[in-house]
Amino acid sequence: MDITVSNLSKTYGDQKAVDNISFQVKTGEILGFLGPNGAGKTTTMKVLTCYMAPSSGTVKVGDLDIFDHPEEIKKHIGYLPENNPLYLEMPVLEYLSFVAGIQGVTKEQLPGRLRTIVSKCGLNKEKHKKIGELSKGYRQRVGLAQALIHDPEILILDEPTTGLDPNQIVEIRNLIREIGKEKTVILSTHILPEVEATCDRILIISNGKIVADGTPDTLSNQAQGKYIVTIRIKAETPEGIAAQLRKLPGVSIVELDPTRPDWFQITADTDLETREAIFRLCVNNHWVLIEMTPVEERLEDIFRELTLK
Amino acid sequence: MKNIWIIANREFRTFLDSLVAYILLVVFLGLSGFFTWLFGTDVFYIKQATLLPFFQIAYWTLFFFIPALTMRMIAEEKRVGTLETLLTRAITDWQIVAGKYLACLLLIGVALLFTLPYYFTVSWLGPIDHGAVWCGYLGLLLLSSVYISIGIFASSITSNQIVAFLLALVIGIVFHWIFDLMSSVASGSLAGLMNYLSTSSHFASVSRGVIDSRDIIYFVSLSLLGLILAEAQLASRNVVD
Repeated sequence: MDITVSNLSKTYGDQKAVDNISFQVKTGEILGFLGPNGAGKTTTMKVLTCYMAPSSGTVKVGDLDIFDHPEEIKKHIGYLPENNPLYLEMPVLEYLSFVAGIQGVTKEQLPGRLRTIVSKCGLNKEKHKKIGELSKGYRQRVGLAQALIHDPEILILDEPTTGLDPNQIVEIRNLIREIGKEKTVILSTHILPEVEATCDRILIISNGKIVADGTPDTLSNQAQGKYIVTIRIKAETPEGIAAQLRKLPGVSIVELDPTRPDWFQITADTDLETREAIFRLCVNNHWVLIEMTPVEERLEDIFRELTLK
Repeated sequence: MKNIWIIANREFRTFLDSLVAYILLVVFLGLSGFFTWLFGTDVFYIKQATLLPFFQIAYWTLFFFIPALTMRMIAEEKRVGTLETLLTRAITDWQIVAGKYLACLLLIGVALLFTLPYYFTVSWLGPIDHGAVWCGYLGLLLLSSVYISIGIFASSITSNQIVAFLLALVIGIVFHWIFDLMSSVASGSLAGLMNYLSTSSHFASVSRGVIDSRDIIYFVSLSLLGLILAEAQLASRNVVD
């Protein structure tokens, strides 16, 4: 099921939490919703899950509008809210059955669904315990399990890995990626490696506005439109080499690394052509090119650059 | 209807899993039994086979117990955040409110069921007005229904259980006592109105053994009003400003 958000705004009092954003998510896509705290991620998710109505704009899930068919839409959505609220006094299985019941899973389907989800989320050993007795990692799995119990076509996860240890984070990410193969997944986070590891597409949101939209790769390039290469040339006259390099077409900056004598950092407008030109220059001058590494701008830098403005 | 039942079932189990249900039953039965059989104007003192003392005391116990029962219903879910998981499921706000109401009513029903032995014993002691007894029970149930819906409404407007408890009690006191008081002070149509609004006057007329449709309508519509207000309170998150 596709989700189409158009011109969505939400204000709390005078504060604009979400400011006229539009985007689309397609089936089988894992969309990472990235932004600093308070950027409007959670608010957008609350609107998508029909928890609250937007101040203006609309959201369509499949062909259904959130204003006209909230009950129908909710059936197709599995939602893990921020902080993963659960009924701590309930045993895991009982809680999952309860959720399945209101999400319209029939009595006949229930045992099968429970088995699948419990094993998928690795809850088999803990299934008879009360949720309150579980560790944070297991509670998070219960949270995921309750979101998945009715086999929804859309999965919305608000910061699914907060508070987990590194092993658990990897497990949850793998789980999300596996689920994302056949479903539409939207997950929010402010942890950058997380989106790089799990998402097909990233949406960076800051102060309620979308500031970037694309795959992790396109974002890295789009951010500056510049490519950076570091090269190492065995050289007696670094200054002379630098001067020659500066003459190459498309090259804007050549810097010498004072700590490492043979290294140069080159900033250029094009990627492959520049590297080719550098290579030919070295060959023509009989310089020994020892290393050439393209520097990918890290998502973290892009994030900071886009959201600190 | 199925969804209402699922919610009610979960709430009822929560009562049983926590100590709430047992405390309610023990104290309710203890207090009402004590005053029916042993103390004050008990059955032996007035030398009549009647359950009137029981109804009077049950009335007051319920008055304090129901707010204690309903205070966490929505307030706690708001505080913990589970309300969000509930409201984002394929369920309407009304079904949530109605389910919670039903669970409370069910628990009160069970508590009243446990007092039936009083009825059998008293009727064994002497001639009893069976109609009046059943009307008394009906009155208690109707009254509970009103207090439950007031309690759920109070619980829906705060995320603090204590505030919900006190608020339910205050609204209860207004309906039970203030309106009654004002009806005796005021005169003319105002007195009539106050009398009509007072829960105690309606309860008195039902427990006397007279089932008047006006009383039934009063209790039912007041219960509905409380639940509708609670639903509106939940839906207020959707208000576009």
